Amino acid sequence: MQYDIIVSGVGGQGILSIAAVIDLAALHCGLHIHQAEVHGMSQRGGAVQSHLRISDAEIHSGLIGEGTADIILSVEPLEALRYLHYLAPEGRIVTATETVINMPGYPPFELIEAELRRTGSPVLVDAAGLAREAGSARTSNMVMLGAAAPFIALEQDILETGIKELFEAKGETIVAMNIDAFRKGLAFSQEHIIKES
Amino acid sequence: MKKHLLLGAEAIAAGALDAGISGVYAYPGTPSTEITEYIQKSRETAERGIHATWSANEKTAYEAALGMSYAGKRALSAMKHVGLNVAADAFINSAITGVNGGLVLAVADDPSMHSSQNEQDSRFYGRFAMVPVLEPASQQDIYDATISAFDLSESLKLPVLLRLTTRLAHSRAGVTRAMPRGENPLHAEYAPERFVLMPYNARRQYEGLLGKQEPLERLSGSSPLNRMIPGNSSTGVLACGIAFNYAMEAKKSYGLDISVLKIGQYPLPRHLVEELFARCETVLVAEEGYPIYEELLRGWFDDRNIRGRLDGALPRAGELTTGLLAEALGVKRRETATVPDIVVNRPPGLCRGCGHRDLFEALNRVMEGFENRHVFSDIGCYTLGALPPYNAIHTCVDMGAAITMAKGASDAGLRPAVCVIGDSTFTHSGMTGLLDAVNERTPITVIIADNDTTAMTGGQASAATGSKLHAICRGLGVAENRIRTIIPLKQNLEKNMATLREEIEFPGVSVVLAVRECIETAARKKRSSGSKPANQ
Ligand code: SF4
Repeated sequence: MQYDIIVSGVGGQGILSIAAVIDLAALHCGLHIHQAEVHGMSQRGGAVQSHLRISDAEIHSGLIGEGTADIILSVEPLEALRYLHYLAPEGRIVTATETVINMPGYPPFELIEAELRRTGSPVLVDAAGLAREAGSARTSNMVMLGAAAPFIALEQDILETGIKELFEAKGETIVAMNIDAFRKGLAFSQEHIIKES
Repeated sequence: MKKHLLLGAEAIAAGALDAGISGVYAYPGTPSTEITEYIQKSRETAERGIHATWSANEKTAYEAALGMSYAGKRALSAMKHVGLNVAADAFINSAITGVNGGLVLAVADDPSMHSSQNEQDSRFYGRFAMVPVLEPASQQDIYDATISAFDLSESLKLPVLLRLTTRLAHSRAGVTRAMPRGENPLHAEYAPERFVLMPYNARRQYEGLLGKQEPLERLSGSSPLNRMIPGNSSTGVLACGIAFNYAMEAKKSYGLDISVLKIGQYPLPRHLVEELFARCETVLVAEEGYPIYEELLRGWFDDRNIRGRLDGALPRAGELTTGLLAEALGVKRRETATVPDIVVNRPPGLCRGCGHRDLFEALNRVMEGFENRHVFSDIGCYTLGALPPYNAIHTCVDMGAAITMAKGASDAGLRPAVCVIGDSTFTHSGMTGLLDAVNERTPITVIIADNDTTAMTGGQASAATGSKLHAICRGLGVAENRIRTIIPLKQNLEKNMATLREEIEFPGVSVVLAVRECIETAARKKRSSGSKPANQ
């Protein structure tokens, strides 16, 4: 098996934490993992992306080829479209719907949504709302990880172990909140899948 | 065996720790910063007392590493590619003196210029200095190569250059670590015949360096970093560093039966290259960076059989990808979805609430009153002041150039001559330029944006801030009453404008210290004082 995931968002949205949890989970499963990050200038509110590749065989390139990504997992809807050329024809977009507008010319959401829907059956998640229900708007990224979980070949409990490991140092409350956020995202996607079929 | 998920940069750090270094000397710069940060946070550093404090610039860093090597211990020096321009004098000459304890220079190049002003290729410096250059391809390769770099350095008594590029430095993969070895004992030898580079000694040392070139090539020939992956088609790829990954990915995903010669150690091993040319009619030379070896090979073999960046098979500039290599090998480009036009750019900007914003606001308003509004600037977060809405600065060339360019422009008659430089950039390379201006009483206004940190690379400690900066300016000879301090906050706008205007109008050297802590760094400090440090 091999999964190629593009994780995208805006600097400060916690996309590296999403990648870190998937990394930890894949490592627990004895899978090969390769994660390319973007650092530096792009962190000051700019576009941020990470290429994540999981495989049971050796991975050569850290970068995902254009037209081959299985999933675009985005914490911001316009950022999901920015990497559309990476998506495989049968690939899927899982994105949060809340916009981050910090530049001129940001398009109206309806146009973004229309473009997203043209890709087939995107999972559009009100991550901000679900995160608030979980107790903190800052857990949006874990909501999105949960929403993407059914499309990645990693078990729920292994991903949750990853979340525990990542947030351990911040105390039990933070861990519980992030797991709750993850489960809310997961439940949302599972419903989406049922409706779809 | 336990796997650690490490960034390429961190794999160098782990390798250096396990190779028994006694110190790392570095100046932060993307994508090399994490090398030093990993060492700073490591358990070994705390336990063994490994030197890991940031240096003032890359030259002081490399020279200190050379000094540690002189004293018999192993040292790592780390920097980004343009940092090596600063350290080049020391680096090139250390190849003439040679080393004592193992000395490895890790340089991270930034092709495609993700956060740099050029995409220069550090392998040139390696050839220039005539020292071994290692260019590993994967995270494990990097870890192993770092350890062998120290071995090579100690056995050859030469510094070794370890080169990586952005995508390797900033991508994570599993690494298995070896048994760490101990540090070298203190063992400084009197060897003025090597280390005093007066012409008589230098000539002999240089002869010695020339004499080592053949053995170096032989070592490349037997290095595990250089190896052939044979195929049956008449096409081959000479794949340097990370390009090996793309060649192998192309081979696998498009079922290409190509031969791939992996190159990870230079000088180029001639017999392996000859073997590739004997196997293949056409050879694609894939280098992440400049076509250095492609140029060389076009002289060694029949130019018509060679493809690469120079004949347009690969683009002349920018990073390589699997797709680019596959196309160069004749694979048809995959149809992909196109990014819709509504996707506008999202450029990085100064953080909301950043003090630089208030500084630029005040400076812009003051400059409006002048006919000449040129502001010379430098490298740091404040470079973003060049973008809208501020458009406040007009140059950013190399570390420290703000002050010296302002001085030259002032010499030419440009008034006012104003420049903005950060605290860390000032201590890196700005101080000497200020001394030039003081000595000539050149009318310039130097605004030092002192945010108490090296913010752009993630908030590393700065060599001098606050009262220390004030004292440095005094010491360099700026008059006490011409060193003014402002606090860039909204409520101080009028006051700050008045101070800036006075100093800009003053016909001599003046310094305005704009002092306000970076809010990101302040927040990080607060967070880390509350929670446990991250474990490695
Ligand atoms: S990181 Fe600090 S200095 Fe840089 S833009 Fe943000 S607040 Fe300003």
